[in-house]
Amino acid sequence: MPEVLKAPLVVEFPFTRSLGPVQSAFLTGLRARVVLGVRTGDGRVLVPPVEYDPVTAEEIRDLTEVAPTGTVTTWAWNHAPRRGQPLTTPFAWVLVRLDGADTALLHALDAPGPDAVHTGMRVRVRWAEQRTGAITDIACFEPYDGDPAGTAGHTGAFEDPVTGIVAPARLDYTYAPGRAQTAYLDALSGRRTVGERCPECRKVYIPPRGACPTCGVATSEQVEVGPRGTVTTFCVVNIKAKNLDIEVPYVYAHIALDGAGLALHGRIGGIPYDEVRMGLRVEPVWTESARHPDHYRPTGEPDADYDTYKELL
Amino acid sequence: MTSAPPHREIAVVAFAQTVHRRISDELSEVEMLMPVLHEVLDRTGLKTADIDFTCSGSSDYLAGRAFSFTLALDGVGAWPPISESHVEMDGAWALYEAWTKLLTGDADTALVYAYGKSSPGPVRDVLTRQLDPYYVAPLWPDSVALAALQAQALIDTGAADEPALAAVAARNRENAAANPHAQLRHRVPQGDYLVRPLRTGDCPPIGDGAAAVILAAGDRARALCARPAWIRGIDHRIEAHGLGVRDLTDSPSTRLAAERAGAFARPVDTAELHAPFTAQEIVLRRALRLGDDVTVNPSGGALAAHPIMAAGLIRLGEAAARIHRGASDRALAHATSGPCLQQNLVAVLEGEPR
Repeated sequence: MPEVLKAPLVVEFPFTRSLGPVQSAFLTGLRARVVLGVRTGDGRVLVPPVEYDPVTAEEIRDLTEVAPTGTVTTWAWNHAPRRGQPLTTPFAWVLVRLDGADTALLHALDAPGPDAVHTGMRVRVRWAEQRTGAITDIACFEPYDGDPAGTAGHTGAFEDPVTGIVAPARLDYTYAPGRAQTAYLDALSGRRTVGERCPECRKVYIPPRGACPTCGVATSEQVEVGPRGTVTTFCVVNIKAKNLDIEVPYVYAHIALDGAGLALHGRIGGIPYDEVRMGLRVEPVWTESARHPDHYRPTGEPDADYDTYKELL
Repeated sequence: MTSAPPHREIAVVAFAQTVHRRISDELSEVEMLMPVLHEVLDRTGLKTADIDFTCSGSSDYLAGRAFSFTLALDGVGAWPPISESHVEMDGAWALYEAWTKLLTGDADTALVYAYGKSSPGPVRDVLTRQLDPYYVAPLWPDSVALAALQAQALIDTGAADEPALAAVAARNRENAAANPHAQLRHRVPQGDYLVRPLRTGDCPPIGDGAAAVILAAGDRARALCARPAWIRGIDHRIEAHGLGVRDLTDSPSTRLAAERAGAFARPVDTAELHAPFTAQEIVLRRALRLGDDVTVNPSGGALAAHPIMAAGLIRLGEAAARIHRGASDRALAHATSGPCLQQNLVAVLEGEPR
């Protein structure tokens, strides 16, 4: 069995999210160094504030300022901070009930070590220097030895409120394609196209994924197909894709390689785009050090008869 | 409001699972899953064409593979087109959907499966992506950190201390010695703090795996299984997403689901609890009022094998399998989802008198 293939795979998105009125006020408040809660129908103050009462589902909009000081309700010492977390040096995760609030907010506490942290300890907000209207406008909490800080009674009305956030997210994976696709990719590196045959229905899958989706059984018998094949259907691409150095218009086609039980797709070159047709016989064109055929070009053979590929459309 | 009484008797008639492993990079997800599907079908003699409804649970985030559940479906053999559904949740919730489908009478048999490959990704970070995207996810609080906050809260109440947590870890993994599918089959050192107060021993192993069960109704179940595990009740409940809104030392959603499932009507002899972290088992035992006479996690539980998205379904499967082989007459199975036991499912399974 060939060596298992692996490759780094980074999945990264900047998620753009709009905010409801309560979230908008809360995050705008953080930008202005004001912490807002929301009052529920029974008079409890929720921090961080939500748009709907978690018990009654009632819409709640009654914003009220709470103090930037509070009490730790539980904590956990994180000696090895991970990417994206609020501090890069060891810190405590804390739930903090701010003075004036009835619920607790999750954040980080900058403390010298776990012996300096306990449930019930007093803390205060340390504001980030650059604030944009995000939960990270609170840089972290820090120990605080004092009475509840006063508030100015802010009502949550701001000029120029924050209406959205952009939250970057990145996860780093190690992609491994598994047995069947590893074998396929290994063969491709020798410019051979090798599929797998279903032991029940005898169909040859290109590329193989390890299972016959019709029969639900493992495919294992390896079958070399091609290199020549037949265009079963195609489209003309008229819009240039970003970062793709191919002149438009060009033809993208489904190609049934000889011996394959289904078509794969590829670009057709070496022929004017308006002369490509169903049944056109093609062969792969490799470029130096490429891992896949760059495109397919006409072989010059007579077109394939429709009956030979109609089941592969 | 009371639930309408079930019109049909529905049972778990077969269960299969992989040997759960730390890493399985020589197999794609469907390659890992397919042998389990074949095994569970073989146990009943059914073929794909005999299955009226198929439902699966998985998450593309785990392995970073978009639409992996559609590729996994290749292992089922979904042709001619089958009646099929998927939940982006633990397979226990797929089982719940299948149970409701059978209740309607639209189906007599159902295949439920779940799989998860945690090995390709940074699973502690991956799980942050299920959190509130406005106030919590931007801080990247990983799954161990959140469980540690819950554990410390429990310790603060006096209901547990570190030795008590270590005892939970040891007992589960000693139980797993009898479970050839488990990833950790013996006691392991508690180790260093991962996020204090949780040590490595308090946390589940990271691993890859899959599981499948077959459900059947009424006489069909009796024909497929010598001793079906009848689902006497099943319910699931969720708590607020705000961690600071909840009492992390209690699990009211588990208690309510258990009440609705009829768990408190009569004692159970066995409980399979989906508690990935030691402190969570203590929270669940209290919420479920489990006495010392109940055999808890004879399989070793999630501390012995934790293929995410399948670990809850495995609790249902293990409880059912124990009834199948006559080792239990009435068992409780529990599954959880979300941070700090946010959402919980409870099922009560019974075998007919022997």
